[in-house]
Formats: sequence, C-alpha cells, structure tokens
Amino acid sequence: MNIHEYQAKQIFQKYGVPTPRGIIANTPEEAVKAAQELGGNIWVVKAQIHAGGRGLGGGVKLAKSTQEVKDLAGEILGMTLVTHQTGPEGKLVQKVYIEEGANIVDELYLSVVLDRAAEMPIIMASTEGGMDIETVAHETPEKIIKIAVDPAFGFQGYHGRELVFGLGITDKAEQKKMIQFASKLYKLYMENDAEMIEINPLIKTGEGDFLALDGKMGFDDSALYRHPEIEEMRDITEEDPDEREASQYGLSYIALDGEIGCMVNGAGLAMGTMDTINYMGGTPANFLDVGGTANAETVAKGFEIILKNPNVKAIFVNIFGGIVRCDRIANGILEATKLVDVNVPVIVRLDGTNAAEAAEILKNANIDNVISATDLGDGAKKAVAAAKGEL
Amino acid sequence: MSILVNKDTKVIVQGFTGGEGTFHAEQCMAYGTDIVGGVTPGKGGQTHLGKPVFNTVKEAVAATGATVSMVFVPPAFVGDAVMEAAAAGIELAVIITEGAPVRDMQAAKACATKNGMMTIGPNCPGIITADECKIGIMPGNIFKKGNVGLISKSGTLTYEGANQVVNEGYGITTAVGIGGDPIIGLSYKQLLQMFQDDPETEAIVMIGEIGGDLEIQAAAFIKENITKPVVAFIAGQSAPPGKRMGHAGAIISGSAGTAKEKMDALSAAGVEVVISPAEIGKAVKKVLS
Repeated sequence: MNIHEYQAKQIFQKYGVPTPRGIIANTPEEAVKAAQELGGNIWVVKAQIHAGGRGLGGGVKLAKSTQEVKDLAGEILGMTLVTHQTGPEGKLVQKVYIEEGANIVDELYLSVVLDRAAEMPIIMASTEGGMDIETVAHETPEKIIKIAVDPAFGFQGYHGRELVFGLGITDKAEQKKMIQFASKLYKLYMENDAEMIEINPLIKTGEGDFLALDGKMGFDDSALYRHPEIEEMRDITEEDPDEREASQYGLSYIALDGEIGCMVNGAGLAMGTMDTINYMGGTPANFLDVGGTANAETVAKGFEIILKNPNVKAIFVNIFGGIVRCDRIANGILEATKLVDVNVPVIVRLDGTNAAEAAEILKNANIDNVISATDLGDGAKKAVAAAKGEL
Repeated sequence: MSILVNKDTKVIVQGFTGGEGTFHAEQCMAYGTDIVGGVTPGKGGQTHLGKPVFNTVKEAVAATGATVSMVFVPPAFVGDAVMEAAAAGIELAVIITEGAPVRDMQAAKACATKNGMMTIGPNCPGIITADECKIGIMPGNIFKKGNVGLISKSGTLTYEGANQVVNEGYGITTAVGIGGDPIIGLSYKQLLQMFQDDPETEAIVMIGEIGGDLEIQAAAFIKENITKPVVAFIAGQSAPPGKRMGHAGAIISGSAGTAKEKMDALSAAGVEVVISPAEIGKAVKKVLS
C-alpha cells in the first residue's frame, strides 16, 4: 500500500526526520488559510497523487502571494495530472499540500528499500538529487551509494560514516545531522514495516539543515494488520475500483490493454496464461488469479469484472486444480452464465483434481458459447481464434 | 534417489490441528508421508489424526526424532514458528503459509541460517518426491516417478509443468515450489546443485517469474556448475511494469526484473528456454532424447 507525500511527512515528523512545514488542503480557501497559518511570503502548492513526476506534469507550483496560492490551488485541484507514472489516463487531484518555501543550496537522494539478494534493508543515497534515480543508476552507477543494514544489529556508526563520506559531506555539524537523518529514517522503515521510503530530493538549506522536500512511502501489505494507523491512511480513490472490488472477493485482478479475458488459478499460471495468449498471437485483457478457494460465487464475480471491460472479445478460463476442485469451477461457470450475461465465447480448460467430473458437468449443460479445451496450448489457441471471430 | 526428502523422512506439522494443517496433513499421510506428530501450543498431550500433539517443537523433536517440519501457522505467527523449529534442531522447514510479513521472514531466515536449518517458502506449494513423500499442498496424483527434477516459484505452474512432463512419458524425481515472496528459503542455485548431484535426476525444469534477480544468478550458476540439461520458463513476459502480479515478489521495478532479461541470461547459459509454459513438456522430451 502506498500513501501520499503529506502522510509520509507526518510519519517523518513523528520520528524527528526534518521536513518543511506544510498543511493539507481540499479547497482553494483551505489552501489560503494554510498559507496564512504557515506564514512567510513564498509557498509551494503540491498536488497529492500516488505517482512521481508531479512537478513535470504541472502539479507542483510556486506561489508568491496568498492570492497566487488560491489561484494555483484552484487550478491544480480537480485537474487530471498525467506523469510518466500515472499512465496516459492520469490521476484526478483531490488534495493539495501547501508547504513553506525552502532555501535550497543542494539536492540529494536518499531511500531505504529491501535488498532481496542481501535479504536485508539497504540505504541508497546519491548526490544526484532531483533526478530520476533509475537514470542515475543506469548512466552513472558510481554516483549511488548502497549501505546494507542488518536488522539483527541495527544502524551503526559505520553505516553513517559510509553515508556522509560517500556523499562528500565534510562539515562536522552537517555530518552529524545527516547521520541522524538516515538513522531515524531506518528506524521508521523498520518499525512501520515499510517496503520502501524514497526522498527525492532531500535538500540542504542555506542554514546547513537537511530536509525531506519530498517523501514517498510504500508498506508491506502483509504487515498492515499490525499498523491500523497506517491502514487508515489508505486512499481508496487512488486504487483501481475494479481491482479493489475483485480483492474484496479474494480475487487478484489487474486490467490490461488486450482482448482476451483470463480467469486462472495461481499467480504464476495466470502470468503464464497471458504469455501463452501473446505467444499464440492474441492479447490478454487482464490478469486474474481466482486463488485457492474459488467457488461459484467468486467465479461469477470474476466473469462480471472481466466483462466490464468493453474490449473483451473472448474469455479463457484456465484452471489447474490442486486445492481448487475443477467440478466446483465448472459449477461456477454454469452459475455465472445464469447471473451474468456472458455474451462472448468462453474457452474452458480444466485439469487436475476432479477434471473428469468437471468435463461431464459442462458437457451436460450444453451451453453454446462454452468451448472445452484439452490443455493450455489448445485453450490459448482457441481463445485467440475466438477473439478474432474465427471459431 | 531424490533430493531433500524421501519415504524415510520423519515430518511434524506446525499448526497441526488448524483447518489447513489438518486437511493437508491428512492428504500427505494418504500419499505416504511419514507424519510423526504435530505442534499446536496449548494442545500438547492430545492425539490428532492418530498422531501425538505437542506444545513445542522441542518436545516434538525429542519424542519423534522428526527432522522436517511442515508449517501451516497463520501469517502473524509464522516467523516465530520458523525460529522455534530452527532452535529445536529441525533440518528443513517447509513453510506453506501465505501473507507472512517480510520483516518477520527476514528475521526467521537469518535465524534459520544461523542454526543450520534449511527453509522452503513461504507462500509455496511445498516439496514432493514422487511416490515417496509429499510435504505440501500439491495434488499428489500428478507427480509420477521419473527422472526430471522441478524447481518453481509458482504453485499451479509446478502442477502444469509436472503434468506435461508426465504426459510426455517421463516423470518427476523431486519437485520443489520455492515460493514467490521477496524473501525465500532454498533457491534455484542450491536446488540445482542438489539435482546435479542426484544420480536419478537426468534433466531439470526451472520455472521462474518476473521480479528480483534469482533467475539471473541461477543462469550464471548453471553455466559454471550444471552439466545436466535444464529447461526454463519465466512467467510474466506480458506483465506491465510496476504492477504486482499476485505474488508479493512478482513486480518489475524500473528496468530490472523483466522476463526478457532473465530469459536472455538463461539462454546464454545454454538453458532450453520456452516462451510459453505449454511447451515445457515438449522441451523436456527434446533435451532427453
């Protein structure tokens, strides 16, 4: 689960990680009030969406008067912001964060992520703040410092020294501030079961302070049960409504651009099914894993969600029954055809536990647009042909 | 021969008396697995499925001589359970539980390594040595005995792969589902070496997916150390970047972790890489004939 910048900064502040002061606003009037409360004569109006690249997309603007704050907030609130991370459809901005201006003399990069190979968190830092870190990693990998921290022993002095010397920070007071910054960030990463924290840029001010000018945080979904205060930060308007609806039924769904709807058990086989459709010359319309406990209701729900997508020209049901029993899926398909108007061909491949019973159920039902397939390859081939109207 | 487990392996079940634990322990026993007891804190002294229940893993190991634990403990407690197994001298923990917090598994894995305990999973179907021992949730009937070793991140793709191998007239020595989480136990490298050393295994199927770089490491390892033919499939060639495809670890971040980069590395290492999982069986036939 991801949260907004302003929420990440609330967590930072709780742990003593310095940030500029800011206030969240839902309307231009609230934005003005926020600017007045913050004081000063320069503010930044920042769109709050779950995507990077907001500045380039026009979602981060500088204001030099409260009137300007009001105008810019009015402009940004309600706009559909398109960045390289939102996809072409963009994201609707519903909140703006009003932040005091900062006197920036240097921009750095700092993040904490899990290093899967080392099996521990790493702190990544770079002097190239404000840039896309993927680009930095690709073009100038020597400019990225990586420091693994073993949670069994925690953040030590040498981690801090590697960091500040690596970043070329020579002033003693600044070194101390940066080490504290990183050590607190590591602590909050661990204590909140974060998956990643990224601060880009982390700025140095004219006063020699380090501030998190931006803040991005993602959390381990499996650990949210022990962080109700973070769960409360969930913004459901940032999530795809179909994906969300699917998850309420224990289905894992992701919409794609193609024409063939997929319903599969198991994430790996679901991806493999999409790959096979591609291989046979078709395009998958979605990823859908019905999970290990599929029943008639969840299968019907799966059909309903797949068919909401107007591009779907055929559906490929590919089940290899292990824990999931094929006869249950077959009954689910019959049930679904009664509950949902399934108006496209449905290619069904059921293998594994109780496959023979399942085949019998489908045969006896004798539904026109339900077509049986013998194996994965055969099913994908038939689905591709059906989507082209050739079956 | 086989790897890791066989008909003589003594197995306990952690989370024995729960719904999942009970159902799958029963299935495993029906397959022939020597389940010698189980652990459910607070239920020590009872008998379940005709086997003794213990309060702690330490007691279970002392009384039964078990060396392997099959773990069905709920996600919130699974890290603790794995550490308990490690401390009690269990040699291999097979962690079926799905949805374990990453931080807990990080600690559990470090503890297991320190105690010399191997782990498989979490979030995996388990391990099966055909016709001898099933420790996990896979449908046993698919796995006919033969000469092909199988390593997979995905449960259902393991069944798909094994089924195709069997349909081509071959069979399985041992199949291992290593799990799709960011932190897992035994990985391709160790298992490839075990299959290389197993005289009965003549070919190896490895099934990977997008995310992380385990398959890339495996490719380098195969090039240097594995002389038996390897067939590979990487799931997620058509997956969009940045989206988590069901498994917690299956996500392409930036330009890293793509199926293509993994497939290229494996091909370069001399592996028979198939573009569709529907081709796994045929590819095995090709490398074995």
